Amino acid sequence: MQTAVPILHEVSYLEYKGKYKGLFSWILSTDHKRIGLMYMYAMMTFFLIGVMLGLAMKLELIAPGRTIMGPQTYNALFTVHGVIMIFMIVIPGLPAVFGNFMLPIMIGAKDVAFPKLNLLSWYIYMTGSILVICSVLFGNGIPDTGWTFYAPYSFKTGTNLLPAIFGAFVLGFASILTGLNFIVTIHRMRCPGMTWLKMPLFAWSLYGTAWIQLLATPVVGITLVLVALERIFGIGVFDPALGGDPVLYQHLFWIYSHPAVYVMILPAMGAISEIIPTFSQKHIFGYKAIVASTIAIAFVGYFVWGHHMFTSGMSGTAQYTFSILTFIVAIPSAIKVFNWISTMHKGSINPDIPFLWAISFIFVFMIGGFSGLVLGALATNVYVHDTAFVVAHFHFIVFGGVGFAFFGAIHYWYPKMFGRMYDKAWAKIGWAFFFVGFLTLYSPMFYLGMMGMPRRYYDYLPEFHAANILSTLGSWVMAFGLLIIIINLFRSAKNGAIAPMNPWNGKTLEWTVPSPPPTENFEDIPVYGEKDGPYEY
Amino acid sequence: MYILSNTVNASNFVSGVDKAFLLIMGISFVFLIGLTFTMLYFMYKYNNKKNPIATQIKGSNTLEVIWTVIPTILVLIMFYYGWAGWAPMRKAPKDTFNIKVTGRMWNYLFEYENGKKTDTLFVPMDKAVKLKLVSLDVIHGFFIPAFRIKEDVVPGREKMAWFIPQREGLFELFCTVYCGMNHSYMGSTVKVMPQPKFDAWYIDTIKHVSVAVDSPTATGQRIMKNIGCFACHTVDGTKLIGPTFKGIYGSKVVIQTNGQEHEVTADDAYIKRSIYDPNADIVKGFNKGLMQPYTGLLSEGDVQQITAYLKSLK
Ligand code: HEC
Ligand code: HEM
Ligand SMILES: [Cu+2]
Ligand SMILES: [Cu+2]
Repeated sequence: MQTAVPILHEVSYLEYKGKYKGLFSWILSTDHKRIGLMYMYAMMTFFLIGVMLGLAMKLELIAPGRTIMGPQTYNALFTVHGVIMIFMIVIPGLPAVFGNFMLPIMIGAKDVAFPKLNLLSWYIYMTGSILVICSVLFGNGIPDTGWTFYAPYSFKTGTNLLPAIFGAFVLGFASILTGLNFIVTIHRMRCPGMTWLKMPLFAWSLYGTAWIQLLATPVVGITLVLVALERIFGIGVFDPALGGDPVLYQHLFWIYSHPAVYVMILPAMGAISEIIPTFSQKHIFGYKAIVASTIAIAFVGYFVWGHHMFTSGMSGTAQYTFSILTFIVAIPSAIKVFNWISTMHKGSINPDIPFLWAISFIFVFMIGGFSGLVLGALATNVYVHDTAFVVAHFHFIVFGGVGFAFFGAIHYWYPKMFGRMYDKAWAKIGWAFFFVGFLTLYSPMFYLGMMGMPRRYYDYLPEFHAANILSTLGSWVMAFGLLIIIINLFRSAKNGAIAPMNPWNGKTLEWTVPSPPPTENFEDIPVYGEKDGPYEY
Repeated sequence: MYILSNTVNASNFVSGVDKAFLLIMGISFVFLIGLTFTMLYFMYKYNNKKNPIATQIKGSNTLEVIWTVIPTILVLIMFYYGWAGWAPMRKAPKDTFNIKVTGRMWNYLFEYENGKKTDTLFVPMDKAVKLKLVSLDVIHGFFIPAFRIKEDVVPGREKMAWFIPQREGLFELFCTVYCGMNHSYMGSTVKVMPQPKFDAWYIDTIKHVSVAVDSPTATGQRIMKNIGCFACHTVDGTKLIGPTFKGIYGSKVVIQTNGQEHEVTADDAYIKRSIYDPNADIVKGFNKGLMQPYTGLLSEGDVQQITAYLKSLK
């Protein structure tokens, strides 16, 4: 099928010596693989900060009353935690790291369509992130609004909110530009013979995501600008005291932020759609159904934002319309799960670590999805909205979903990215602790929500105590697993065994280039023949 | 779990909500367990040691149709139950017992039609109670888990919630929309009483919970405590959301009026203005818009009592 791969050693993208040396050879590089790694290192750092804030919150919640901090600190922690995790990690997440690194190789291109724009996106991303961090380090008081910046509290609070809002605004541009870049790359740079329906599913998921990034992000941009103007000049768009409407803010915010959930989860589903066929050594089941469901999710996802606002004040008609649309958008996700599981049927399964991440992804994603049905139905939504139930639900989706897929993807593509293999025994131990810890940490929150414990609560009634203790214990087990995983990955980048070109016997194009790939990816652009395809085993 | 506990039928909405809950959870559990076991079984049965060669199957249109149609039907059933449990919440009957609920940082105030004001919600059993929800500052969330009702309390809008309490007893009430520092303390209690007991309480004319008045300043302190001034102010010198009251009376305060900074002495008039129109003069170093005007909530007499108490804080 593809052009024969030279066995002789090519200069890999890691060793490549360009115009610049040392650090500059990275931060001035327009190589999509180096940019992908730079995103990864930045995100890993922010992620660890976010995790520590999460652990501190959980420690505070181990007992009612004051444990280690006051209420204002707790409120600042969940705000900064949420802003970091959402705007700086899971929204850019998989597209920025694995999309950048793998997309061009998977479709047989030498780089993305606009390499310089790609580097610019990274700088914009870093600028936005640094602004967010500035809001914590300087000014009078750490932002305390929650990541949703709800009006009118967001212009009443005396804390240093503007840099955080501005940071989120800037981060949006990185997202828009990356989306644009990927759309053009996918349209224009697929290798000869790779028709749309021969494109790997990960590339399809990035394509769906890119359109959401491009079309939805401007909405949050303008909304954040309005909040800033409201805060500085009191323009009276959202402030009821000036005749504005705080519920309008919520509409604008969720018109972006619900599709943003799909920006997070679609690429995660894409990565899982790559891992499962490879480890089953089998053609993906229902390729076209998965593609169609990706597009359906990206499209219908625009019309369900109202499910975040069932108690805010809308007409009854609006409420049940949003409810029914929310149920409709659940179906394509279910279709994906059915197809993934069917792919395993009659496969030849190698239960190696990326596969373990993939099936644990399916498990936690199902729990997240089913709890989403509870939130989509009107009667039950009214009951559990804004309680710990919602906190459990979105951690199961964004952390269980995106996080597990991210770890799955990194264990899957690691040998390609670094040319070395991690220690598999440690990887499994880390995974086991992480998985058990994750369930212990978040499952009790479902229960707490059903008991009626509201979210964003610094203090709680004694009847919620036992479940909170369990949850905090879980956070430690999970953190321990995470530590093992990260140390293992870090150490193996230098000391791991040399990885072969195709350790998992995958069929997508990235497995046809050396590990790590050369700077230009392909010596000659591959060509897909009549019988070739990403899943032809 | 509330769903299974003694709050069964604490209000007229409980059964509708819980039915939807159990239905969705039931279907979900069946699928979760079924799919998880299928996955584990495949992993065991088609392990590459047992099954070295995979059989290539690319898909099946029949299956795709089946697993699109069946979930669609199931979610529509879920939607229906969700809708059925919720629809009655939107429509209050004609003849209701009305209470006005005012949310502010960080407490709720309940006002009854005969002028009674309380910080605990008292309601008669088996009677439709209609709440008028208003907020004086930011958005709050009005949530009584045992009754399965929740409604956001949005400034600038008048929201409605209603229910029929069906069980005697005390139930928790929470604020669910994040509203600043003491959000988690913005709770209260609902007390449901049988009609005769409620009536006896209702016609009782002593408005607030009465406390023995033993010193001239105790009344002021009590008023402030009940209405929630101490959420933002202390008397021991620590600064919270607002300035401390320690030594405030007679001190020199630097304030900003329309952006102009100047100094005033905190006298009776100043304190009165600070309570009725707090955003006219802003104490330097604090933020505008946090303290809300107490006009209509505190009478001139109340303010005099408060001032007397503040005088005593040396
Ligand atoms: C939500 C928080 C909050 C609540 C509740 C609150 N205040 Fe305030 N208060 C503030 C803030 C903030 C300031 C400073 C800004 C200003 O001057 O408006 C302030 C200022 C004051 C001042 C002027 C203080 C000075 O040092 O000059 C007085 C007097 C006062 N409040 C009295 C009260 C009384 C009495 C109550 C209860 C009836 C009350 N406040 C409830 C937040 C609050
Ligand atoms: C060690 C890992 C983590 C722990 C211990 C943790 C814990 C918590 C806790 C305790 C809260 C506050 C809940 C409340 O008081 O209402 C919270 C909120 C939140 N978390 Fe996490 N979390 C973790 C990881 C993540 C990840 C990976 C993401 C995103 C992908 C995430 C996204 C959020 C968001 C968006 C909020 C809501 C913040 C808000 O209410 O404004 N968290 N988390
Ligand atoms: Cu949503
Ligand atoms: Cu509140």
